[in-house]
Amino acid sequence: MDLSDYPLELPEGDRPMVRFMNVTKRYGTLTVLDRLDLDVAEGEMVTVIGPSGSGKTTVLRMLMTLETINGGVIYVDGKPLTHMEKGGKLVPANERYLRKARSSIGMCFQHFNLFPHMTALQNCMEGPVQVLGMSKSEARARSEELLEMVGMIDKKDQHPSRLSGGQQQRVAIARALAMRPKVMLFDEVTSALDPEVIGEVTNVIRQLVAEHNLTMLMVTHQMGFARDISDRICFFYQGKIEEEGPPEQLFETPQKERTQQFLSAVKDAG
Amino acid sequence: MRFDWDWEFTFEILPRLLAATVNTLIAAGLGYAIAVVLGLVFALAQRTPVRSLTFTVREVVEFIRSTPLVLQIFFVFYVGPQFGVRLSPWTAGMIAIGLHYSAYLSEVYRGGIEAVPKGQWEACRALNMSTRDTYLRIVIPQALPPSIAGMGNYLVGIFKDTPMLSVIGVAELLHTANAIGSENYRFLEPYTLVGIIFLAISLPAAGFVRLFEARVRRKLGL
Ligand SMILES: Nc1ncnc2c1ncn2[C@@H]1O[C@H](COP(=O)(O)OP(=O)(O)OP(=O)(O)O)[C@@H](O)[C@H]1O
Ligand SMILES: [Mg+2]
Repeated sequence: MDLSDYPLELPEGDRPMVRFMNVTKRYGTLTVLDRLDLDVAEGEMVTVIGPSGSGKTTVLRMLMTLETINGGVIYVDGKPLTHMEKGGKLVPANERYLRKARSSIGMCFQHFNLFPHMTALQNCMEGPVQVLGMSKSEARARSEELLEMVGMIDKKDQHPSRLSGGQQQRVAIARALAMRPKVMLFDEVTSALDPEVIGEVTNVIRQLVAEHNLTMLMVTHQMGFARDISDRICFFYQGKIEEEGPPEQLFETPQKERTQQFLSAVKDAG
Repeated sequence: MRFDWDWEFTFEILPRLLAATVNTLIAAGLGYAIAVVLGLVFALAQRTPVRSLTFTVREVVEFIRSTPLVLQIFFVFYVGPQFGVRLSPWTAGMIAIGLHYSAYLSEVYRGGIEAVPKGQWEACRALNMSTRDTYLRIVIPQALPPSIAGMGNYLVGIFKDTPMLSVIGVAELLHTANAIGSENYRFLEPYTLVGIIFLAISLPAAGFVRLFEARVRRKLGL
């Protein structure tokens, strides 16, 4: 498919919040995503599972525009994210376009990536003040509200080095939400945590699912959690969606052999 | 030859040497100020996506680091006039020493910037921060503390290299000691005093740098 074959905008009535259309990602000769098609509807919670190296993280990083794209187009809210219009057709987006386009997306990382020289509150206020141009008092109010929501208001003046992993991850979630994204990405946000604090982070995500109309795309190895809160599960295998469906269906009656193998391997390990 | 120490002579020349010490400190301070700023420009220029700029700056830095400072001082002072650039010893000296040390400082900054984890850059991107804010608010504050030790070494280094400016007639310490020596046919006292003055400034300076580093770290909450 040539770039001129992709629509400049998705048509009314067929506008998922996120659409991966024929997306390919290569590192050198290694094809990590192979002509991937994936839609996430508005307000939907989709969880990506799959073996190590199957391209789960890459999907999120592509959507956060942390990686360049080698083929296909990603659309967000009907508009191209990775490409922009020029002379009536799509061309790879420049940095300026990307800055506008990715403002509706937020991401939380496995290793939190909080700014170590700022307090929890300053971490949350940084984006609203510097990027959105919000006044300090307004940004503070919004940030404190979010820190309250994630149960971190007591620690708002602590630097990350004084917080536990679970606490840091909750601050990181508040920091991302302070930008009011439409789409939130969670890449193994509990993988670097001690088992006893995983619950404090998953509870925050549960609350987000229950009370907010956010579109979410999550990668996790916690099958129970994924099953509880997802609208849909995508099983990735070698850069492609091998099987997808509602959690009960995918976990109870997986159709593909590779899905069955993966799930039983995970069950044995867990 | 006489090896006896003349105290009277010592006290006679001390005021002149102390006055020259002020010049030495000004030369070191000005040269360092140039190097601190220009070094950052060199370091950041090597991180732009413009390949030709990155390459050119890299080569310039390598060239400066691989040639002697004294040659660079001569070059700026004596070769400049051939191209119509006539500079006073002070101006030529400050340009040469500032440029020389900016090459070294750019490497210190580069190391500091590269030590900032990739995840910090990605967090900035995920928050949609501009490149400018990413550097000024996130990367440089974190690159600074690990750079301070190296920056401090070069501060002491530039101070100890200021005598090279005597070759083009900048009236710093060594130049003044030379003048005193040839006027009086006595070199023991002026040179010894110069050595003591350098020692008396360099040693505490190194200690202050360490204290400063600890302070900056505390201040940034690192
Ligand atoms: N920057 C990179 N350069 C080269 N190869 C990479 C790079 N990033 C990822 N890869 C490769 O791409 C493939 C997919 O990586 P990805 O991180 O998306 O896997 P994953 O499904 O998230 O795995 P895991 O469960 O281990 O996190 C892997 O084979 C990985 O080695
Ligand atoms: Mg991964």
